[in-house]
Amino acid sequence: MADGTIGTHLSVLNPVGFPPKITPKAMAPRLESLDGKTIYLVDPRFDDSGLFLRQVENWFAEHMPSVKTKLVEMSSVYTKDDPKTWEMIKANGDGAIIGVGH
Amino acid sequence: MHAIALDSKYGVPTVAIHTNAFEKAVQSVTRMHGMAEARYTFVPQPVMGKTAEQLRAYVDGKSPISGRPVMQEVIEGLTRPAEGDRIKEVKFERSTPRLVDSDTDENLHRSFLDNNWTDTLPIVLPTEKRVSEMLAHTSRKPDEVAGHMRSNQFRQHWEFTVEKIAVNAVMAGARPEYFPVILALASSGVSARGSTTSSMAAMVVVNGPIRDEIEMNSGTGAMAPYNHANATIGRAYGLLSQNLQGGSLPGDSYMGSQGNGLAYGSVTFAENEERSPWAPFHVRHGFKPTDSTVSIFTGCRSTAFTLGVREKYWREHVRSMLRGMDAHSAPTFLLDPIAARQFIDRGGFDTKEKMIEWVYENALMPAGEYWDYQLIQNYIYPRATFGEEPYASKLKAAPDEMVHMFKPEEIHIVVVGGETNGYWRIMGCNYQKTVSVDAWR
Repeated sequence: MADGTIGTHLSVLNPVGFPPKITPKAMAPRLESLDGKTIYLVDPRFDDSGLFLRQVENWFAEHMPSVKTKLVEMSSVYTKDDPKTWEMIKANGDGAIIGVGH
Repeated sequence: MHAIALDSKYGVPTVAIHTNAFEKAVQSVTRMHGMAEARYTFVPQPVMGKTAEQLRAYVDGKSPISGRPVMQEVIEGLTRPAEGDRIKEVKFERSTPRLVDSDTDENLHRSFLDNNWTDTLPIVLPTEKRVSEMLAHTSRKPDEVAGHMRSNQFRQHWEFTVEKIAVNAVMAGARPEYFPVILALASSGVSARGSTTSSMAAMVVVNGPIRDEIEMNSGTGAMAPYNHANATIGRAYGLLSQNLQGGSLPGDSYMGSQGNGLAYGSVTFAENEERSPWAPFHVRHGFKPTDSTVSIFTGCRSTAFTLGVREKYWREHVRSMLRGMDAHSAPTFLLDPIAARQFIDRGGFDTKEKMIEWVYENALMPAGEYWDYQLIQNYIYPRATFGEEPYASKLKAAPDEMVHMFKPEEIHIVVVGGETNGYWRIMGCNYQKTVSVDAWR
């Protein structure tokens, strides 16, 4: 029905916007082992995530006691970046677990 | 997204734990951020409200996605070296073609539907002729970059031109003379298809001379589907949002758990300036009465309504309505002109500012109850604990002490309706911005 041309081929425009160019990011080198390492458990403070991480903390204490865990809360709501906390973890930790997030 | 930053930018091996409802969204976000190898695992949805024992069972259990032990995936995520193969999934150079492959009318309609380019209702196909007619109603060039948009903070912005907006305006059935309003909405960068589990919709209030120029409705049935401009401008805003931000697909780029029927038309209407006893909405936000503007609100999940402003108990009625609102989304009062004048008669509110101040002072809740709301816990409590005011002071209140639910600057009033009766409602929504329409003529 468009332009009265049913049954014939129509030329129409694409409604989709332009995606951002994706820049690949390299992962940090992984740890050879967790023995003796400090792993930060990062609570994004969303939907009882802190309560969940307490259980992750308990799991490490029971199953991998050589791993030192530190539970920290993000500085504000999970939607905001938190460079202060990331710098602290970089300076004092060997790895991190963030959960439970969107 | 925080895990990606901590891992790639700060060099800290990181694993993210998500709930299984976010599987596709997590894959999509990690790809779009260029880290297809990001390490993550999943536990069952929900975490919220579970006991310690139930949460421990999640930790001890298996990922509902992979079927492998959660903690095994966590430990491997921290220790297993990068493989370098999944990076191939990332497409580094992409472009969106200007035209769709030509086809029959019927096949194109099917194609647009299958590509999730519609709101699932029939659209008007954007032929060159129709798009050209739309573009004739702005002085802006078709290839001018008109803005950027994304569905939430964790996704990257997409870019769009004036022509791309015109394509979506045609699809919505909008007439060319509406185009400056639609351009203003798109240029705001505020998405009407935000991806939040809370199922948002947008609300659009149009002010100034453009209302009459394009025959928008501010009177009887203004928020209902009885006016072509109101309906198609609102629909265009939704369509352009989903198509120009990179999609709005449930489970992938749209995570609204229940959805929101108001998103079909984005509650688009004109303020009834002529029958309002107060200054127009846009004048409170720095514009002249002769300026034409669109004001955008997001949220639109909670609402309360009643008839009239009763002499004896109007204060109690309003307080009860406010208490029934979601404490995280501030109230915008949508008042029929009859109700607006009644508020002046009852409360002496001869300006919107006076009524807003009264609402602020009367929207109260015991502190213990306020802080226990999950939305307040998620979005306000963290800010309070790190000293942000007025939340930090509010956090010091005793559990039974009454605290303000909202900030004065979050409370708004718009007059709309045809005076068939003095109905009014409160819409729980967050004001985003007011944008000039004149700049897009």
